[in-house]
Amino acid sequence: MASYKPVVVQAVPKLGEKVTQDTLYWRGYKTPVQIKEFGAVNKIDFSPVPPYNYAVTASSRIHIYGRYSQEPIKTFSRFKDAAYCATYRDDGKLLVAGSEEGSIRLFDISGKAPLRQFDGHTKAVHVVGFLSDKYRIFSGGDDYSSNLWDIPSATEIVSYTEHTDYVRCGCASKLNGDVFITGSYDHTVKVFDARTKSSVMTIEHGHPVESVLLFPSGGLLVSAGGRYVKVWDVLKGGQLLVSLKNHHKTVTCLCLNSSGQRLLSGSLDRHVKIYSTTSYKVVHSFNYATSILSLALSPEDETIVVGMTNGVLNVKHRKPEESKEKSQKKRQPAYRTYVKGRNYMPKQEDFFVSKPGKCVLRKYDKLLKGFQSSKALDAVLEPHIRLYTPEVTVAVMQELNRRGTLRSALAGRDEKQISLLLTFVTRRVIEPRFTPILVTVADMITDIYQPVLGQSAVVDKQFLRLQEAIGREIDYQEELLEVLGMMDALFATLTKKKATYLEENTSNGLTNTLDQDMCN
Amino acid sequence: MVAAAALRVVCCGGSPLHGARAVFSADARYLLCTSGDFVKVYSAATEELVRVLRGHGGLVTGVRLNPHNRLQLYSSSLDGSIKLWDFTDGILIKTFTVGYKLLALYALASCEDSVFAIIPKRGGRDTFQLVSVKLTKTAGQDVEAKEFSVVLEGVDASPKCTAFGREGEYVASVKNFHLQVYFFKRKQLNRFSLRATNAKGGNNLFTCVACHPKEDCIATGHGDGKIRLWRNFYHNKEYVFSTLHWHHDRVMDLCFSIEGTSLLSGGVEAVLVQWHSGSDCKKDFLPRLGSAIEYISVSSDGTLYCTLHTDNRITIINSNLRFSKSIQGLIKARDVKTGLVVDPRTKALVLNGEPGHLQFYCLQSDKQLYSLDIVQQEYIQQAGLNQTDLVKVAFSAQGKWLATVEEREEEPDLELHLKLWFFDEETQSFKLNTQISMPHDDHITAMCFRDMDELEDDSLILVTAGKDCLFKVWVILEDTDPEAQQSLSWSCDFVGSYHNYQATNCCFSEDGSLLAVSFEETVTVWDSSTWDLKCTFCHPPGKIRDISFGRLTCSKYLIGATDHGFLCCWNLLSCALEWSAHLNVVVLQPDPLSEHIAAVSWLSKESSLFVFKPNEPRPICIQRNLCKERIQFAAFVPRDVPETIGSEKYLWLRRSQLYFFTDTQELMTFSTKPPEERLTVSSKQLAVEESLPVTPFSLLLGKHRHQQSQGDIDLTKVVRNRHEQDSPAVKELLHTPAHVLPSASFLCPIFINSLLISKEKKSAEEVADEVEMESEEAEEDSDEEKDVTEMEQENIKPMDLFGEITCKLSKAEEKELRKVRKMDYSWISAF
Repeated sequence: MASYKPVVVQAVPKLGEKVTQDTLYWRGYKTPVQIKEFGAVNKIDFSPVPPYNYAVTASSRIHIYGRYSQEPIKTFSRFKDAAYCATYRDDGKLLVAGSEEGSIRLFDISGKAPLRQFDGHTKAVHVVGFLSDKYRIFSGGDDYSSNLWDIPSATEIVSYTEHTDYVRCGCASKLNGDVFITGSYDHTVKVFDARTKSSVMTIEHGHPVESVLLFPSGGLLVSAGGRYVKVWDVLKGGQLLVSLKNHHKTVTCLCLNSSGQRLLSGSLDRHVKIYSTTSYKVVHSFNYATSILSLALSPEDETIVVGMTNGVLNVKHRKPEESKEKSQKKRQPAYRTYVKGRNYMPKQEDFFVSKPGKCVLRKYDKLLKGFQSSKALDAVLEPHIRLYTPEVTVAVMQELNRRGTLRSALAGRDEKQISLLLTFVTRRVIEPRFTPILVTVADMITDIYQPVLGQSAVVDKQFLRLQEAIGREIDYQEELLEVLGMMDALFATLTKKKATYLEENTSNGLTNTLDQDMCN
Repeated sequence: MVAAAALRVVCCGGSPLHGARAVFSADARYLLCTSGDFVKVYSAATEELVRVLRGHGGLVTGVRLNPHNRLQLYSSSLDGSIKLWDFTDGILIKTFTVGYKLLALYALASCEDSVFAIIPKRGGRDTFQLVSVKLTKTAGQDVEAKEFSVVLEGVDASPKCTAFGREGEYVASVKNFHLQVYFFKRKQLNRFSLRATNAKGGNNLFTCVACHPKEDCIATGHGDGKIRLWRNFYHNKEYVFSTLHWHHDRVMDLCFSIEGTSLLSGGVEAVLVQWHSGSDCKKDFLPRLGSAIEYISVSSDGTLYCTLHTDNRITIINSNLRFSKSIQGLIKARDVKTGLVVDPRTKALVLNGEPGHLQFYCLQSDKQLYSLDIVQQEYIQQAGLNQTDLVKVAFSAQGKWLATVEEREEEPDLELHLKLWFFDEETQSFKLNTQISMPHDDHITAMCFRDMDELEDDSLILVTAGKDCLFKVWVILEDTDPEAQQSLSWSCDFVGSYHNYQATNCCFSEDGSLLAVSFEETVTVWDSSTWDLKCTFCHPPGKIRDISFGRLTCSKYLIGATDHGFLCCWNLLSCALEWSAHLNVVVLQPDPLSEHIAAVSWLSKESSLFVFKPNEPRPICIQRNLCKERIQFAAFVPRDVPETIGSEKYLWLRRSQLYFFTDTQELMTFSTKPPEERLTVSSKQLAVEESLPVTPFSLLLGKHRHQQSQGDIDLTKVVRNRHEQDSPAVKELLHTPAHVLPSASFLCPIFINSLLISKEKKSAEEVADEVEMESEEAEEDSDEEKDVTEMEQENIKPMDLFGEITCKLSKAEEKELRKVRKMDYSWISAF
């Protein structure tokens, strides 16, 4: 048996940017804190151990910042010239940094003076890092060489001179203590194994490589250079998996979020883009004031720190999670209703009488069910429906029109109600989803209340406003049509060429199918 | 099977059920209603069709229980005969030949030997009279009943417009604006008239009449929805009436409850209204019954009501106005716009059902499987409203997707919705996936899915062609966002047009690589992967009415029918016209399982069928004069098992069966079987029903009754009993609880006796053997195509066949009876 069917409120797809889970997540940061450094920030590195301090390398200093401090809690400033690439060791106790003069220095976090100094590079060292066995350091310099150093003895273990241009980036494998990767301005990324004399893999990026990154699993390699971010499958011998071109200037830095699900890239075009590592689509992007040189994300994505070319350090902290206790405060149902019958297990011979679920109708539906059209219209002209869910009001108007009772529902209203109706129509008639039905409504209102025009100043004013709104909309539509005409004219020149091309194509296609069928 | 049986057209889905008021049997277990030339007996409890009473040669116009024997039924027909049936067993007891067309039948308890009927007046055109027909009690099956006396002149032909009052004291009849009441005892005729319109402009036309069963009160229904209750109508002047008004349109039927405490009324609003004690203020409603109520009837114990609806539906309602059951076959919607579509999943025929619904009609069981609400709006039963109508339906190859188009035309603008439904395996029903508002700017003329057998969704394509000179291609989009509620949705992929002509048809080739879209006079062929226009075909003059690709071996052909009466076949390889024939094709339907294409032509008031293969212009089968009506749609329904067809000519019917739909809303099909095999008495259900209350006591009691009224025993039942339960004695022995059984020594002789009897029976069985075989075979066939009734083409005599069986059986049966009588039930008396 059919029951009353409520009025269907047409759902219209929301226009504009789609709010995804990602947008919500990445929007959950507080307004940024700006810290001025002495020069361009070339490296930011988070300590892997709590309290997750981070080392910022800028100009000739290395500053260590605490999580919420705006002043550095420690500074290493024993460099004559610029320092580069201050990087923490896995245990967060040691810090290594390269420098313009070619020496590499190793610091203890608690001390001031360097513990070791590694000399050997003849030119600036832009990239240094620890191998995952903790006792060796790799470095890459402007003298085209990539070296491997032993920490205890402060000696060079091996030097690879395979790159043919500056080595500006690198990273070490987290799984294998012997493997590290360097990227160079000679457009290549090379994978080195400390146990061999030469590189084990060379990947051609196609642009000067600015940053490389290895996934925690070690299977995927990301390289950034030029406008491209490329993902390579290392296990398949360096096969290109995907090439991303979402920036319009050189991509300078890469970083993974803590879960490994999202890849972040910063660029000179002042944007940080966030990619999903499953689909490699941009899920979110951040906008900054100036070109970005370095980027780091703290564990648990608590803080995003971005370093700029003008020496500004931009720090964003995550908003504290909304407490979920609010929902728990809801009044619990009474003990009686809650427990009664809950613990009863039906026996085999029991009948189960299912009670049909009660269908709760909205007020306007109840009135429509009773064919009270005028009252139903009143119900949807209540302020909270009219203002916040105009689609409900319009849906009921449409339903009344379908039932043929819209005219009688609109008729017989007093000054206040007419003016209210007209305000609603004036405001919403220009919305494309409401236009068809509201034009009918406006038509009917003018029809019905034409004889009483001029009796009330308020209503007359509303009518004039409606006329004005419709006039404006018509002008706007005309303008749009003009634009369309212009665009058509532009496209016509394009399609002419294409048409000839198409004809050729069709004839070819036909012969092809013919041939195929002959073969069959 | 008979080798060279002729192809015959048979009607499916039954005739309208709302020919006359339905009648409940005395115990309210059965519902009897007319259906074309038959009377159908439904079980009120299970809504099963129990029995069909066949025998009338014309439309049955009335059924009434025999007031003196509640197990008998009178039926009247346009063939001029009144028949008396035993409806529980389906036996025709007597036929009274009146010789006039009988338009309505009334039977009264107070009249011993006569019934009342409405017949056309001799010589008068469109004037009818109520007569009392004397039914003589002479022996014999066929009796002449020429003796009748006129009671009232100038009555309305409709059975609703005449009613008999309290204990048959008077008869009330309405026509136009007059009510006449005739008192039998006083032989007095009172006439009351109303003005054509009242002060408020209401229409005073009488539409129906009902009489109070206990009091002197007549209720009349009127054209403006008023109900008037007339009292004190013994005097021409001093009559009074009160008015009840709820209906907004014509009152279709009125009926008093058995005690007369309440009045039931129904109209086009599809609401059953129950008025309590004749007052305007106390009334109950049962709304949303689906469609206009044609007749209302009440069971004699007052527990059940029954409404017959205009769309071929019977609703059984409890007396507390709770919806109980609905008997529905093929719902005949006012206008079938969707055509005949076959659901690939259930093989059910899908077409417009209730307003805004799609009905899934099972051809095998003549039942509605389910009704899918497409429009999902409250349906307002009111004349003159522009209702949302379902116009197009398409299924994907596996029935996983369903696309529907609904439209509503309000004068200046058009509302169009394209809905895509996904079959949900869990709930076993279609679920709305995507709704597209205004897919085209004008009416959608055709819609088709790409019929790929692959299971991946990305190969699925839907094409819609519209009068806005465009065709649009819709594809599934997969939403990668895991948080989204549904991952699949449809969106437009390509919009094509050709020289600003209206797109009229679209169709995919069998492998899905080509799409043919017809634009008025031209057929365009598109590559479905790149959407390039490949080639165009044209056969001027005349617009393309229908197009279809050939299948299997003939897949290189494209068939088109133009409205200038040409059927053309183009070769897709040579891009040239292969052949053309002059034929005014109205329906072009390819068989999905073979190369055959059926074309139905309409020429000078008759429809003909041509079946051909596209590779040769000679038709395989020509069936002229299919029916008098214009055929609107046709569909090939795949058979479950390929049928063995002897004749070469009808091989095209082997894999699938062809169904047509005419503009008079008749569903028809072909049969190659001889008529005898098709027509059988469906007696199985009744047997099941009767064996329901098998308590040992009722069984014993039943046997005793059988013994007493030996002569009346139903023949067929005994035959059946013999098979069902070998020996009643043994059965009873086994069914009776051990603690109430007499001692074993008492039972022993009975038991042994029963064994002895079974040996004696042999000779009787041999006689019956042949008959049994025949009936079994027939029953098998009836499973497949039950309720498929004969068209005029062949003259069938089901009664002859039936008579034969009874004749042969009578000897065997008599023996059986004797046995039953011999049986010793004396041990019962011991208790």
